[in-house]
Amino acid sequence: MTPEKKKELQLFAVRARKNVITSVHAAGSGHPGGSLSSIDYLTYLYNVEMRNLDPKNPKKADRDRFVLSKGHVCPGLYAVLAQCGFFPESDLLTLRKPGSHLQGHPNMNLTPGVDLSTGSLGQGVSAAAGMAKAAKFLGQDIRAYVLTGDGEIAEGQIWEALEFAAHYKLDNLCVAMDINGLQIDGATKDVMNMEPIDEKCKAFGCDVIKIDGHDFDQIEKAFEHFHANIGTGVPTVILMKTVKGKGVSFMENQAGWHGKAPNDKEFEQAMSELDAAEKEIKEA
Amino acid sequence: MADVKKIATRESYGNALVELGAVNDKVVVLDADLAGATKSGTFKKAYPDRHFNCGIAEANMTDVAAGMATMGLIPFTSTFAMFAAGRAYEMVRNTIGYPHLNVKVCATHGGLSVGPDGASHQCNEDFGLMRTIPGMTVMCPSDDVEARKMVHAAAEMDGPVYIRFGRSAVPVYHDEDFKFEIGKAETLREGTDVAIIANGIMVPVALEAAETLAAEGINARVINMATIKPLDNEAVLKAAKECGKIITVEEHNIIGGLGEAVCGVTSEFCPVPVKRIGVPDAFGHSGDADEVLAEFGLSAENIVKVAKSF
Repeated sequence: MTPEKKKELQLFAVRARKNVITSVHAAGSGHPGGSLSSIDYLTYLYNVEMRNLDPKNPKKADRDRFVLSKGHVCPGLYAVLAQCGFFPESDLLTLRKPGSHLQGHPNMNLTPGVDLSTGSLGQGVSAAAGMAKAAKFLGQDIRAYVLTGDGEIAEGQIWEALEFAAHYKLDNLCVAMDINGLQIDGATKDVMNMEPIDEKCKAFGCDVIKIDGHDFDQIEKAFEHFHANIGTGVPTVILMKTVKGKGVSFMENQAGWHGKAPNDKEFEQAMSELDAAEKEIKEA
Repeated sequence: MADVKKIATRESYGNALVELGAVNDKVVVLDADLAGATKSGTFKKAYPDRHFNCGIAEANMTDVAAGMATMGLIPFTSTFAMFAAGRAYEMVRNTIGYPHLNVKVCATHGGLSVGPDGASHQCNEDFGLMRTIPGMTVMCPSDDVEARKMVHAAAEMDGPVYIRFGRSAVPVYHDEDFKFEIGKAETLREGTDVAIIANGIMVPVALEAAETLAAEGINARVINMATIKPLDNEAVLKAAKECGKIITVEEHNIIGGLGEAVCGVTSEFCPVPVKRIGVPDAFGHSGDADEVLAEFGLSAENIVKVAKSF
């Protein structure tokens, strides 16, 4: 990755973080913590990785598909989709409001660019596996991407989906897990310890790569790893170590910011921190 | 009865899938280790590359089907009613129903007639579960001809469908030229003393009861309500107006199913007395299917008794 490309992605990501804070603040509710931890992945996914996306034709038949299994972090997805041109960024201020196409959890029939309605945890990997299987059945070169949380993987269906993916050799399926270590009730290791996640995914027949989910070089490497798996019959799992609330000091590593909107004062502070980060990237 | 031939509607399901496979290359079938019992195995024999066994993992199967539907396929998921509507309820509700995806949830082994397997497998709640999902079409055929035509109609419409097929062989009383239409009731017998509205395996039983009642001077209208949702309100209201009283008969809890659907329409638009024959908010138990059904009042004798005392 060139330094220019990386800078471009970093600027996109910081803008998306500002959009997350702005939209959740305007809504008065929502899930900033996991939105912020997954922004860098989503930024790379939509700007670099996914093929045949066309914001003017969001249902383009040959596009790669993305399922946000942890649907509650849709403020992050909405920000990225808006910045990619799927709908105006000003729409983000309507998040969670009556009449808005931006529902509290994603709705594929309302929001341009959303490939599946999600929100109830544990179901997205199955649906993405269905997309990947359908693509293979139809002889189409389409890849299916899905993002889960780390609290979410306590849902047994995640593992049903991985066994299905391995059984049907869905090497066009790329599962990313946002390992921010926190869920609503506290630390994931205390609420329901799922470690060793890598060993479990491997045992279910997937190839696993572990990365820092905030490092674009590593995210790129992970997707290269996925590309190398295509043709081998092995599905890919990317385990991304991330920081919940990444980019806003008082939200970082705080379970309390899983599903809470900032008040006006907190909003000002978050935005000033992100403005400073943006300035720093620009001047670097 | 025009014909005494007996076929279980799950057999009809398997045969209809094979017919569909030949004319619609978007049709794929998913099963959860019950391909033999649900008869989706018939399709598998004909089209092995279009049948995907998902193992004993109904939740996953249901959402895999949702994902496939977004890609333009028409997935039919097959398992027992208990797992299709029960185990995977929330997957059907949130990932098929909410986005209104084109998945056909096909359940066999519904109701008490599962018999010896007992209460854990006698799903008497599926109509209620499925019919409360917005936009869901819910159907239950009464014989082989209707079941096959229903499967074709489901494939032809765009949107989520739930169909319950039966395990045991039932009389084939429709002619091959019968025209099935989703949402349209079929009046099998005219009458104005009482209307008996039934579905599934209870339809021939209701007809039998009507014959007995006729011999005793009570002319019962018999309506086959194969589509529980969208309900044919017009047929229900016509029956209410012309017969003045209604008996519903279904192999389902009296809560949530056809009986309540009929009551919902009559109470709002044409209040008439309605008696619901069904499972009285209870669990079933093991036993010969006919014996268990009779015990819960799902017999021609009981329909006659209820009609005479109504």
